[in-house]
Amino acid sequence: MTTELTRLSAAEVAGLIHAREITAIEVAQAHLDRITAVDPALHAFLHLDAEVALAAAAAVDDGLRRGDPPASALAGVPLALKDVFTTVDMPTTCGSRILQGWRPPYDATVTRRLREAGVVILGKTNMDEFAMGSSTENSAYGPTHNPWDLDRVPGGSGGGSAAAVAAFEVPLAIGTDTGGSIRQPSALTGTVGVKPTYGGVSRYGLVAFSSSLDQGGPVARTVLDAALLHEVIGGYDALDSTSIDAPVPPVVQAARVGATGDVAGVRVGVVSQFRGEGYQPGVLRAFDVAVSRLRELGAHVLEVSCPSFDHALPAYYLIAPSECSSNLARFDGMRYGLRVGDDGSRSAQEVMSLTRAAGFGAEVKRRVMLGTYALSAGYYDAYYGQAQKVRTLIIRDFAAAFERVDVLVSPTTPTTAFCIGERVDDPLAMYLSDLCTIPVNLAGNAALSVPAGLSDDDGLPVGLQVMAPALADDRAYRVAAAYEAARNAADGGPLAHRVPDLNAEMVAR
Amino acid sequence: MPTVSRDEVAHLAHLARLAVTEEELDLFAGQLEVILTSVARISAVAAEDIPPTSHAVGLTDVFRADVPRPGLTQQQALSGAFAAEDGRFRVPRILDES
Repeated sequence: MTTELTRLSAAEVAGLIHAREITAIEVAQAHLDRITAVDPALHAFLHLDAEVALAAAAAVDDGLRRGDPPASALAGVPLALKDVFTTVDMPTTCGSRILQGWRPPYDATVTRRLREAGVVILGKTNMDEFAMGSSTENSAYGPTHNPWDLDRVPGGSGGGSAAAVAAFEVPLAIGTDTGGSIRQPSALTGTVGVKPTYGGVSRYGLVAFSSSLDQGGPVARTVLDAALLHEVIGGYDALDSTSIDAPVPPVVQAARVGATGDVAGVRVGVVSQFRGEGYQPGVLRAFDVAVSRLRELGAHVLEVSCPSFDHALPAYYLIAPSECSSNLARFDGMRYGLRVGDDGSRSAQEVMSLTRAAGFGAEVKRRVMLGTYALSAGYYDAYYGQAQKVRTLIIRDFAAAFERVDVLVSPTTPTTAFCIGERVDDPLAMYLSDLCTIPVNLAGNAALSVPAGLSDDDGLPVGLQVMAPALADDRAYRVAAAYEAARNAADGGPLAHRVPDLNAEMVAR
Repeated sequence: MPTVSRDEVAHLAHLARLAVTEEELDLFAGQLEVILTSVARISAVAAEDIPPTSHAVGLTDVFRADVPRPGLTQQQALSGAFAAEDGRFRVPRILDES
């Protein structure tokens, strides 16, 4: 029974809890048991708190027993929270040594909304330090392993959240996406990951990396589950001045309509820039099969050129490091976090430099220095200023494309999961992982990754990226849900259920 | 093509308040040069008359009602402090800096 509970979708498990056929405590315990069994091989979690989780689950059960309606459609469902959102009852480290053991004095808005919705937070997930990376290898606490192949990365920065969902440790997780950190790990682990429209989910209490790009969003095994979670965490928040004061797009309704296969007449644009050199042949073949499936479902498919997308990667690697060099200035060893070298003889500035040297990893240091360089007098116009203009060009390409089509599609990533260690000493090779996901961050619109089968050359998951205009997140959900239903029907079930048996894998090692 | 010397890395590290070792100076000089060379092609994108975008959503001047709300208590604010004294953060000396 407990094994079966972890195989259910969030919607299914919530239905059983709300009908009082099982208790939220049983569900939480089943997932905690699963984590205990398989996380030693995965390392998806940085922190697990059974006590906090079981207390939250008990509160849901108590309410239902009293006859109260469930606080939300996901009340009682377990979730893993990326360790970049503040939590008063669990540490928040951002995968960094500089925040080891830090207990924030306040909850992020996303954390608060999850608690108010009765969602049971089991723990905090591993990530690249301050969300800078595409493999989770930049975590100060060691890498997370991909459940499809333990020698491979689960993507990043939200590799912990994606691996936890893929390995049935939790049905739901929260990630953040600055350049692809939700979508790319989802593609590499065969899960569904959504980057909502910028401003659609509050950033209050999300430790900032690149403020004009960062966006929290859902990770799940089904499109409907992601939509249900999107509705719980989304919406206006007065504590985030970039929050959009508009209703959450009707994503759950769109996922339900999509699941009936209804995409007749939807215009789908295939981005012509996202194929060719550097793309794994098996990924492109899986993508082409996905596009044919959309055509079979009645979608109008046409090719769309977005020439400025070719400049998105360099623009991103100027804008994101620039903003990060400013944002990470707060980690100075003065008010919270690590302090090194405070022996009574050294000045604050010396202590600051020693603290940051000891507390930050190599990638964070690289980006802080790159941003410092790009913002320097004499270089500003050529680098940062130019990157901001490219951002305008990318927004214009999207606007022109969405005149002709309702959604755009591409592979989520150029390759499937790579081996741990393979790209760690080559920053540029690592950055290429985010080639297809970055334009959406720069333009601020919505996109998701949905499993598109396995690559026929290495048997690893491939993601289909669906991009929609700003505030039309529901369009991406509708197309993804229709595709998901058709793919599952053709393949005899969800891709997520084909993940290798981790217990057997562990014994084999 | 941008070149990054060890001295420039040392200068950037100083500006960014990062103590770096001699080994790191060499490592970062090489890596930053590779990254900068790759991103430098952006300056060739003709965009003279294109306005810059600083933010994806065109929000400006967001106001809220001028109503007080509770902030952190002194105890909460100090809860993560490495050292506190008399209800304040205790920090190393800030005078006589180079």
